[in-house]
Amino acid sequence: MNNSHINLNEIKKDALKEVGNIGAGNAATAFSEVLDRKIEIDVPSVEIIPLEDVSTITGSEEDHVAGVLFKVSGEAPGKILFVFPSSTIKYLIEVVMDKKIEPEDMGEIEISLLKELGNILSGSYLKSIGDMTNLNMNQSVPGFSYDMAGAILSSTMISASSTGENVLLIETEFMDGEEKIEGYFFFIPQVESLSIILKSLGLSGDE
Amino acid sequence: MNNDEIRIKMAEYTVSKPPHVLVTLGLGSCIGLALYDKYLKVGGLIHFMLPYSNGKKNTAKYADSGIPFLIEEMVKIGARKRNIVAKIVGGAKMFNFGEENSAMNIGKRNSEAAKEILKTKSIKIVGEDIGEDFGRTMRFYTESGKVKVTSYKREDLII
Repeated sequence: MNNSHINLNEIKKDALKEVGNIGAGNAATAFSEVLDRKIEIDVPSVEIIPLEDVSTITGSEEDHVAGVLFKVSGEAPGKILFVFPSSTIKYLIEVVMDKKIEPEDMGEIEISLLKELGNILSGSYLKSIGDMTNLNMNQSVPGFSYDMAGAILSSTMISASSTGENVLLIETEFMDGEEKIEGYFFFIPQVESLSIILKSLGLSGDE
Repeated sequence: MNNDEIRIKMAEYTVSKPPHVLVTLGLGSCIGLALYDKYLKVGGLIHFMLPYSNGKKNTAKYADSGIPFLIEEMVKIGARKRNIVAKIVGGAKMFNFGEENSAMNIGKRNSEAAKEILKTKSIKIVGEDIGEDFGRTMRFYTESGKVKVTSYKREDLII
């Protein structure tokens, strides 16, 4: 598996989807508690995407978004990235801080809020994956960027890809029922971590 | 978007002549490299992602395979190699975790690779806007050879 091509059969893909489902389900619960409103998740997708296609997975390259990035260390290293569109950032700041502000004018406090939300979501995601797989995984402090989606996504995915060819994403979309909150959650395990995660679920890592 | 604009995506390149404007959006750690023969007004732009191909064939994705290829393609449509000059844009580090070593900084490695390869090709760098921590969109005007860099954190820059 340690070559340029990641191959996964349907059973393994389903197993990774289940990992995403449980992780994101718990993260959505935590998110709901913080915001005191219901946050739902879409069925996670597991995709192997060529690196040249990653900059448009959330929309246009030039859309301004916030990215909160975590490095995952431990037995199954990788990365976790949240992407929030501008409209969601505005809304989150309004709900939590009771403050109307354009994302361009965010200061340290608003950025800390987004980092902290990322922290909570990522922590509950990893904890539930850890419980499910019995693997020990830890997250770094959050990295933050508010910028063009293309720049954030391409830089994250290029450095997450050990093959230089493609990247495996376990992607989940978050939303509330009123189209006020939307966000993307990406878990990007390193190629080497994939077989470790699959093995912990009772699926042999080698085809 | 103006009709003369030609979009270049990640891992792509284009060579062209006036009135075309070569555009690439949302550069992060990637590099947008504009090459220009100002006498014969032939331009080329490549959006590469990584420094070295290790023998892989996807030419526009890597600096070492893409840059020589771009030069050849420019010559094919009329540029002279000795007239060509370069402008480099991008190579940012979008997220800062503080502790990292530079081997992990792909943006910086991309800029360094571009400079090294241009040097071996004896191509002079006449403008650059690289590094830092923000994304960039670039527009390369093949009429004038000017490059406009747009980023959300800063006023437009012409190099």
